[in-house]
Amino acid sequence: MTGDPNSTQDNLQDIRLGHADRGFVGKIIRLDALVTGSSLSPQELEQRLVEMGFVEGARVEILHEGTIRRDPIAVRVDNITIALRRSEAMAVIVE
Amino acid sequence: MTTASLRLALVGAPNTGKTSLFNSLTGSRQKVANYPGVTVERKSGGFVTPEGRSVTVLDLPGTYSLRGRSPDEEITRDIVLGRFDGEAVPDLVLCVADATNLRLTLRLVLELKRVGRPMMLVLNMIDIARRRGVTIDLERMSQEIGLPIVTSVAVRKGGVDELLKRTDEFLARSHEAAASQWTTPTIADLKAAQREADRIIAAVVTLPTKPDTLTNRIDSVVLHPVGGLVILAVILFVMFQAVFTWAQPAMELLSDGFSALGQLIHDVMPEGWGLLQSFLQNGLISGVGSVIVFLPQIIIIFLFILLLEDFGYMARAAFLMDRIMGGAGLHGRAFIPLLSSFACAIPGIMATRVIDNRRDRLTTILIAPLMTCSARIPVYTLIISAFVPATTVWGFVNLQGLVMFGLYAAGITSALTVSAVAKFFLWRDHAPAPFMLELPDYKMPRLKSIAIGVFTRAKMFLYRAGTTILSMMVLIWFLASFPTAPAGAEGPAINYSFAAMIGHALEPLLRPIGFNWQIAVALIPGMAAREVAVAALGTVYSIEGGKEAADQIGQVLAQKWTLATALSLLVWYIFAPQCASTLAVIRRETGGAKWMVVTFIYMLALAYAASFLTFNLAQALGLH
Ligand SMILES: Nc1nc2c(ncn2[C@@H]2O[C@H](COP(=O)(O)OP(=O)(O)OP(=O)(O)O)[C@@H](O)[C@H]2O)c(=O)[nH]1
Ligand SMILES: [Mg+2]
Repeated sequence: MTGDPNSTQDNLQDIRLGHADRGFVGKIIRLDALVTGSSLSPQELEQRLVEMGFVEGARVEILHEGTIRRDPIAVRVDNITIALRRSEAMAVIVE
Repeated sequence: MTTASLRLALVGAPNTGKTSLFNSLTGSRQKVANYPGVTVERKSGGFVTPEGRSVTVLDLPGTYSLRGRSPDEEITRDIVLGRFDGEAVPDLVLCVADATNLRLTLRLVLELKRVGRPMMLVLNMIDIARRRGVTIDLERMSQEIGLPIVTSVAVRKGGVDELLKRTDEFLARSHEAAASQWTTPTIADLKAAQREADRIIAAVVTLPTKPDTLTNRIDSVVLHPVGGLVILAVILFVMFQAVFTWAQPAMELLSDGFSALGQLIHDVMPEGWGLLQSFLQNGLISGVGSVIVFLPQIIIIFLFILLLEDFGYMARAAFLMDRIMGGAGLHGRAFIPLLSSFACAIPGIMATRVIDNRRDRLTTILIAPLMTCSARIPVYTLIISAFVPATTVWGFVNLQGLVMFGLYAAGITSALTVSAVAKFFLWRDHAPAPFMLELPDYKMPRLKSIAIGVFTRAKMFLYRAGTTILSMMVLIWFLASFPTAPAGAEGPAINYSFAAMIGHALEPLLRPIGFNWQIAVALIPGMAAREVAVAALGTVYSIEGGKEAADQIGQVLAQKWTLATALSLLVWYIFAPQCASTLAVIRRETGGAKWMVVTFIYMLALAYAASFLTFNLAQALGLH
């Protein structure tokens, strides 16, 4: 169902935000919603992420993590804080 | 001025202060709170500008784009695009932005420009921006986006003067609305717009060198993976304990007051006015009075909820609960509607409009009435204080408060269980919906708005006591008093009344769960509102028992019921669909009777089964 999101990685330095740990600081390189664990269609997921301000070049930082499986995460995107699940954050490629 | 009133619409991202502006422009008291998605309806109000123009203004749900992915966002889209039935397009769109957080609203502004309506940008919360040392080059910004800009502080006196003045200036000129070029933006459009917005922000906004970290510091405690959950549990626990302990003195005062009033009526009424005396004493004072006694508890629970909402804690609680809720098959955004249902299921059900997926929304609506609403407090309190001793356990916990907490916990647990079961049987193939929520900066709760909020709720409670409950009480008093006992009859007169006939007719149905005929009589008018049951019991027992009974309904219950019956009734109230207004709202919000009927039947079945179990178990254990 959900392939290994890492397999689509094309640059070794790029990671998916959904894999990053608390304290991670980086920059969004692009969005890739094709293979995530989300129930949304790739199109819809990407659209929602963009609507919440996840666009190329934005600075992201993982501020907090949830209790169970460190999910969801609270992400600082430029100067707003968004809570989302790791499965959706998989679509955000950061460096 | 005799021209038709001009039409303004407040549009903007969630939580930017649209409703606060609406309230301060029109003098209304619509709900304001510090989390996204508070407003889910279109609200209209009017005011007159300083230059005497009469203006109608619409408050709309917040939205990140005009795409309309959930029912609340659709309202905003339809109004702005002029597709809303019975609403003309607004003459002026006031686009409201949070001055400390411009990114998302600015992108929305660029999207709105394509609609072509005359528009003005309002930078609200400028007080916070200034305090943090954020400076914004308004002139440059206005040039860049091609719109007039005005700043405002919606929550401060005089904070909208500038807005009013500029609105007058704006309306004095005539404005041609351009034809709408709006089409649903593609991802590429959105990205381009966001880049443009970011470019403008970079050009006009200067951030302070030392950023504000207060919110982050609070969050590292409140959202701590373990500590955060402990804090949430403690908050809820203190809340339910407080409902019991803090309210006690005030409740006793009220209760004594009503007893004294009853006594006074008894003493001053001339002989021969027996019927009127009975009506005042048994119907009004024992009935309606027994509900008003709970006002202090209602005030305390609302005080807690309003403080949490204004501070900005609700979105954090949703964050902490997300996985647990998700495990029960609930949508991440279901948490806030469910927590609001602690106050009342009706606004809770309305608040589910923020949920985009219909199935997820239905599940949430289905279980919202299981959350312990404030109307259950009188019922619970009455029974608990009659049957549970007010001892202290573990050194600091009030046992009555603990039982109350247990009832709340039972409500929450059963809601989660029902959701999990519904998910399993009804829509097993439905994958969990995503959770994406903006966590707003904390704000100091404002004393005035909390006071207004509590006052409004207290007024509503008293209004209900004076209308719904009062009219039910008149009915019950009548049914319990007529026909009067025949001459020479034995036993209390009530045994010959309509109420007794109805109660006895229902009794066989309810005997297996331990209810007597008096309870049966109380449950039917109790459909109008849960508290009515308390009032009804008060009236029925005081007519039956005479003056002493009227004074202390709790003591009467303790004598007349077994513990098994009391427990069974408590459990009944966790589940039973005892609220006609909630059912009506479910019908309206789901667009048909089907889900209302489903809710009614499942809740009734659960209530009966759970009470049956409780009663028989308690009897088997010998709890008489
Ligand atoms: N300091 C300050 N706080 C404000 C101002 N305007 C609004 N607030 C606070 O901001 C929060 C959000 O206000 P609301 O009026 O509910 O926002 P809204 O835009 O109607 O939100 P939604 O209905 O969810 O879209 C509340 O806690 C308000 O008290 C302002 O000008 N200054
Ligand atoms: Mg609002």
